[in-house]
Amino acid sequence: MPPPDGLMGRTFQFRWDNWPAALALFVVGMAASLATLPPAASFWLSAALAALLAVTLVVNAWGRHTGGLLVTPALMLLFLMNVFPLVWSLGLSFFAYKANRAKAPTWVGLENYQKVLTDPDVWDRLQNTVTMVILTVSTQMIVGFLLALLFSKQFPLRRYLMILVLTPMMLSFVAVGAFFRYYYDPTFGLLSQAVRFFTGHPYTLMGTVWGSRAGIVFADAWMWSPFVMLLVLAGLVSVPKYLYEAAAIDRVAKWRQFVSITFPYIKGLLLLALLFRTIEAFKLFDLVFLLTNGGPGTATETIALRVYRVAFENNKTSESTALAYILLFTVIVLTNLYLYFANQRAKEA
Amino acid sequence: MPNGMANANVAESEPGIPWLERLGLRSGAGVGVAGWGRTALAAVVSVIYFFPVFWIILTAFKTYEDALAVPAKFIFTPTLANFGQVFSRAYSAGGQAQNTGFALYFFNSLFISGVSVLLALLIGTLAAFGFSRYPLKGNDTYLFMILSTRMLPAIVVIIPIFIMFRVTGLAGTYLGIIALYTAFNLPFAIWMMKSFFDELSLDVEDAARIDGSSDIGVFFKICLPQVIAGLAATAVFGLILTWNEFLFALLLSGVETRTVPVAMSQTIGGDIGVRWGLLAAIETLFLIPVVVVTFVLQNQLLRGVTFGTVKR
Repeated sequence: MPPPDGLMGRTFQFRWDNWPAALALFVVGMAASLATLPPAASFWLSAALAALLAVTLVVNAWGRHTGGLLVTPALMLLFLMNVFPLVWSLGLSFFAYKANRAKAPTWVGLENYQKVLTDPDVWDRLQNTVTMVILTVSTQMIVGFLLALLFSKQFPLRRYLMILVLTPMMLSFVAVGAFFRYYYDPTFGLLSQAVRFFTGHPYTLMGTVWGSRAGIVFADAWMWSPFVMLLVLAGLVSVPKYLYEAAAIDRVAKWRQFVSITFPYIKGLLLLALLFRTIEAFKLFDLVFLLTNGGPGTATETIALRVYRVAFENNKTSESTALAYILLFTVIVLTNLYLYFANQRAKEA
Repeated sequence: MPNGMANANVAESEPGIPWLERLGLRSGAGVGVAGWGRTALAAVVSVIYFFPVFWIILTAFKTYEDALAVPAKFIFTPTLANFGQVFSRAYSAGGQAQNTGFALYFFNSLFISGVSVLLALLIGTLAAFGFSRYPLKGNDTYLFMILSTRMLPAIVVIIPIFIMFRVTGLAGTYLGIIALYTAFNLPFAIWMMKSFFDELSLDVEDAARIDGSSDIGVFFKICLPQVIAGLAATAVFGLILTWNEFLFALLLSGVETRTVPVAMSQTIGGDIGVRWGLLAAIETLFLIPVVVVTFVLQNQLLRGVTFGTVKR
């Protein structure tokens, strides 16, 4: 049978890529079922017809837009669960709205931002966050680097010992928060007991401002220095061995070898580790929430915890979204830097 | 078997102990050989590192009194009572033993992370293959944006999602939390799987195309079998990420869909009279999968914790 000519002919062919027919069927079928069938039945019939339409569209576009088709479901889900909420909350930040009131949002322009930016409390929490980010990231970098040097050479049982070091990184903040609460306890906590062994007095770490900050920083650095170690190790291993051999023949001093051979190979990864950890430390919420809940007073309240408090304890929903956007801005800048350098490195390799 | 070969090339650096290296860390192939002296030093460091985890496991086997003992007890009579009490215990002295709901919470954690990881893997693998083999206009921009969504502070996204879920009635349902976790795992799955697809040699695929394989045939018969290890690593990493997730679960799970981290945080809630032995038992049960996975996943750990942006 010769293929029928013209638009009408093509429309009535039974083919999986015949999307005009499926569209017509969908429109007619939906209208007819809505008019005649009960709502539940018409819903399922319409859904089935919509699925048929989707299938024909996909089959039709396959080959010409394969890449686009493959990534569409992922992009749609991310749009629904990330982009849309973010745009919504950006919009919300220009309104006065409380989630626990029935009152409709009212337009206030930049008032929320003004309120947040002139609030001395916010600046104080920002300072807390920056202080803890600097302390925890620098600790992680130094400890992680030393760990990497320790594990950089082959030695017996290396693999098994390394697992023990790598485990903390895979734990959850909830578990770690609970652990360290137990260890920092003034009466039976291990820390207090260790101090009492030397001084004869029990010790309350979490009672003072800097003590509780140190407590959080210690737990966070314990968890994440293995991450820095992994990245530095990857750099150390990528150094070609002949460079060291050549340097040894030329009797180059050890420190000099490190500066001019090793360091150039690990600096890219060190930068990645630094940025990655800074991003994560800026978002620090779970650990603080469980370990100190911001205390004593507000000494360890990070900006993320502040957003949580404003949003869910004070129910100032739209004000919290304005605050959240300031946090978001910082993280986006850092993320872009991270991705830029990660991409650079990927191109070099 | 490109993946197997990539692992095997590590073995060349240390011909003396191939069995050790074949299992060993791909990222840590070592820049020289040190002796038992280094082992001793590393052992001290590792033991210090692992001690907090070890102590919790030890505490899980202690009675209420032993857990609070001063000085801390290293030697004690172990008891399994805590593990039983995780699931069923009396809330007041002499009261009836009641179901604590932890069986449900463990099931929820497994079910929610399992389903969402499976979905993310399905959608993510397709997208990763698309990004890797059929680059779009602005491919890198899409990928950048996708990873950016993963780096977003959860607290920023959670406020509108919280409102959205309340309006649509998704709050506290399996569907809601699974959809959210799927989106949460998706950037990770895409980047991980893309990094695996990028490593495959294109020659085999081209040969198959010349022999008349369709695009779908190439994907299922040539590419997918080569990235089985990558799929497994991505799945397990996703499971751990979801297993550990706290903030979304805290705000969006209901009584029936509560996950272990949330239930655990509520167990610590009150400062007075925390039963540490019991809490340690919950944590031990919660940690076992994580520790096992760390052991199994060593070769992919670096790639996993950097979302596939750093391969080795």
